[in-house]
Amino acid sequence: MIIGALKENKKDENRVALTPESAQLLSKLGHKCLIEKGAGTSAGFADAEYKEAGVKVMASSSELIKNSEALIKVNQPTIAEIKRFKVGQILITFIWPAQNPQLVKDLNKKKITSLSMDMIPRISRAQKMDALSSMANIAGYRAVIEAANNFGRFFTGQITAAGRVPPAKVLVIGAGVAGLAAIGAAQGLGAIVRAFDVRPEVAEQIESMGAEFLFLDFDESSSTDGGYAAPSSPEFRKKQLECFREQAPDIDILITTALIPGRDAPKLWLKDMVAKMKPGSVIVDLAAEKGGNCDLTKADKKVVTKNGVTIIGYTDFPSRMAKQSSSLYANNVRHLFDDLTPEQNGKVAVNLDDDIIRGSLVTHGGKVMYPPPAPKVKAVPTTKNSEVVEKTPEQLKIEEAAATRKAGAFQVGMLILGGLVMALLGQYAPPAFMQHFIVFVLSCFVGFQVIWNVNHALHTPLMAVTNAISGIIVVGALLQVGSPNFVVEILASISVLIATINIVGGFLVTKRMLAMFQKS
Amino acid sequence: MLSTELVTAAYIGSSVLFILSLGGLSNQEKAKRGVWFGIVGMAIAILATVLGPEMSVSKYLIPSLIVGSIIGLFVAQRVQMTGMPELVAALHSFVGLAAVFIGLNQEINPTKMYFGADKVIHDTEVFLGIFIGAITFTGSVVAYGKLAGSITGKAVILPGRHLLNILMIVVCLVLGWMYLNDTVLATYLNQTGIWTLVAMTIIAFVIGAHLVLAIGGADMPVVVSMLNSYSGWAAAATGFMLGNDLLIVTGALVGSSGAILSYIMCKAMNRNFVSVILGGWGGSGEPLADIEGEMVATDNDSVASMLENAKEIIIVPGYGMAVAQAQSSISELTKRLRNRGKNVRFAIHPVAGRLPGHMNVLLAEAKVPYDIVLEMDEINQDFPETDVVIVIGSNDIVNPAAQDDPNSPIAGMPVLEVWKSRDVIISKRGKGTGYSGIENPLFYKENSRMLYGDAKKSVDELLTKIS
Repeated sequence: MIIGALKENKKDENRVALTPESAQLLSKLGHKCLIEKGAGTSAGFADAEYKEAGVKVMASSSELIKNSEALIKVNQPTIAEIKRFKVGQILITFIWPAQNPQLVKDLNKKKITSLSMDMIPRISRAQKMDALSSMANIAGYRAVIEAANNFGRFFTGQITAAGRVPPAKVLVIGAGVAGLAAIGAAQGLGAIVRAFDVRPEVAEQIESMGAEFLFLDFDESSSTDGGYAAPSSPEFRKKQLECFREQAPDIDILITTALIPGRDAPKLWLKDMVAKMKPGSVIVDLAAEKGGNCDLTKADKKVVTKNGVTIIGYTDFPSRMAKQSSSLYANNVRHLFDDLTPEQNGKVAVNLDDDIIRGSLVTHGGKVMYPPPAPKVKAVPTTKNSEVVEKTPEQLKIEEAAATRKAGAFQVGMLILGGLVMALLGQYAPPAFMQHFIVFVLSCFVGFQVIWNVNHALHTPLMAVTNAISGIIVVGALLQVGSPNFVVEILASISVLIATINIVGGFLVTKRMLAMFQKS
Repeated sequence: MLSTELVTAAYIGSSVLFILSLGGLSNQEKAKRGVWFGIVGMAIAILATVLGPEMSVSKYLIPSLIVGSIIGLFVAQRVQMTGMPELVAALHSFVGLAAVFIGLNQEINPTKMYFGADKVIHDTEVFLGIFIGAITFTGSVVAYGKLAGSITGKAVILPGRHLLNILMIVVCLVLGWMYLNDTVLATYLNQTGIWTLVAMTIIAFVIGAHLVLAIGGADMPVVVSMLNSYSGWAAAATGFMLGNDLLIVTGALVGSSGAILSYIMCKAMNRNFVSVILGGWGGSGEPLADIEGEMVATDNDSVASMLENAKEIIIVPGYGMAVAQAQSSISELTKRLRNRGKNVRFAIHPVAGRLPGHMNVLLAEAKVPYDIVLEMDEINQDFPETDVVIVIGSNDIVNPAAQDDPNSPIAGMPVLEVWKSRDVIISKRGKGTGYSGIENPLFYKENSRMLYGDAKKSVDELLTKIS
């Protein structure tokens, strides 16, 4: 299939959906790649680099659309663009079908097979194509960098000859991918990082990044739906805001990342909290595109409040690191093609049974495929509440005592039974037999005692040596071999022969094995 | 010529030496001395018997001893350590066959005449000796075939096999009764003695083969140790029959040794001994829990870098390592990783391989120091602090379903909890299930990576990346 990467026409968009590296990997799947002239320039990929990687550079977007079977880009297409698409073409980009119903209709009219990168289901198999995560990762990192840029102090605490510098205190709200990336970046710069999330189960992830989890003493676990947090109850919200209000005067940097799918961002940082913050503090609102988590956020703008708090509401963090984000996004797209080309022969198959393809499919063959059915596999396996009740020490003691008593009773029972059998034997059996029997029983006991002490690692040598020793049966054969009866003589000789094999073979092989065991 | 008393004294000496020999196996250093005790004990026993008063020499005696010794020498020197299970099974069959022959000889040409209760007891001993010996013989032959791969490793299950077994045992009992009462029956039948014994031997041969045929490959460690035990009891029965205490002592030692080994193996698999012997897995028939996730393949480069970054490494070998003969490559890998200051250890499950302690012997052969080879109980609690676990050719012994899924056929079996470590690398030939055919959820866990391909090849390629 011929894949064409369009140049982005959105203002201030620097990313591109194809990099020279991803083009090479796509060609391994049997695809051919085209790119519009200058598409990668603002992301730092020159046309010459693409040519080197075997990508044909097309002079104009119309020529590119004409020559390709599949189109890839980053932002959703404009109406004007869709008009120029060919009927039945494949389109892979961010579409946001829930927010753009008209766009979906337009795509469907053209019978475009469109896959939306934002609709990739959040299952473990799809992680490598999860563009939202890779973009969020960059946004989280960049948010810290922007904050540092606007913050007038060090992040890390220092004691210098010129005086003591306290470390910056960073609060991250929402510990999704962006939040965790922000925690990592801030931690790396040396700040004291705290983080909050409505899902208590992410506390472990937060702590693993080295941040302190702000724990709310509240009994409501917000169940997750496809890896996102769900909105919470009014009581919970009240408690949560109280907690933030406490934090406001203490922190220097706030990074908010709280989003609820398909809704406006929840307002978590109210006016009065901003007012309580120290002058010079910085708020970076990663939810600005959806209205912001902070009351005073203005999308795409940086504002400074009266009390000197800088609020950054940029929505294009990934585009601000276009080279990095392009290469990650291009890899996500490439992995999606991996899934779309199961035979690796350059033929694209839209398999509706594939959770990932079905999930991201928006329109296909003149039908609107959005919304997809719920994915079969959950992103995070819900931990089953096992009903194992911890036993108290008293209970354990009682159980132990009962077990000991039971074992004791069993042993006594066995001894009595054994005694009865012995008595019965003694009643009828001749004395010679009883003497042999004593020997037999005692040997069994000796055997049990000795073998229990054998080292587990030496069980194979044990088997070999018992094998050799059981060749003692040769003694029986030796006693018979001189018999005048010819059949007996022959059978006994054979017995001697095979028992000798046993003895010699068994002992030698044991010696061989034991010689190998060496201490380090 | 030695007197009877001197022979008995010699036998006492031999018995003590045999006990010391087995007792020596409690650790690796004492074990080497222990083997010498065994050899000396055996030499004393044979010499005392040959020089004893009951002995009369045959012209076949010396040739038999010489030929047997040469074959034994040859076999012991030639056998591969991976072939130990086969050798052990083969040696068991010899003891069984010898016991059968000696029993038959005793009937054909009794050394003494018995009357009354003595006769009943003696005849019972002959009968039992042959019966156990015959089962040991064919059972071991079939076990040998299975281990060597000439008979299918899968359980061969005939319809109505339990009924068949019961029927055969009943027939043997009837034959036994006829044999014991041959003087009474002689008025109706000629020669009841020998033919009842021969018929019983043949049926016992069938029982032995049939029993082992019905047992699957994964249960082989139990079968081999069970046959070990039987060969001991056969020797003990022969001892009773001949009134020879040395045979009784030695047979009882070997018999109880095998019985303990079987018990340890069964416990390690959480299986009932009876159900192992009767064959097949005792599944509950309920549907198994669904497995979520997918198997993620990896390559040598990423495994090499994972090992590079790891401090605590545990290797879990299984039968697959023996099949691929990967032990020396693994040993080399271990050496290199240890030279880099990493803590590399081995975790051995009691039933790993086809013979109790099989993995230990293979690793010892490859010069892996035994003090870093640990058993399950010693190492299981260390997995959470482990960075990388390499699972080589083992499957059921690392199956988390044994703990999580009460419907799994191996539910309750103690397993190595490898999934608790940070990363698990599983070297495996292909995507299929293991010997027992049980799906393993471990392969689908998020921290599991599959390294497909022959274990030896994979490890050899790894060695080129880690110097």
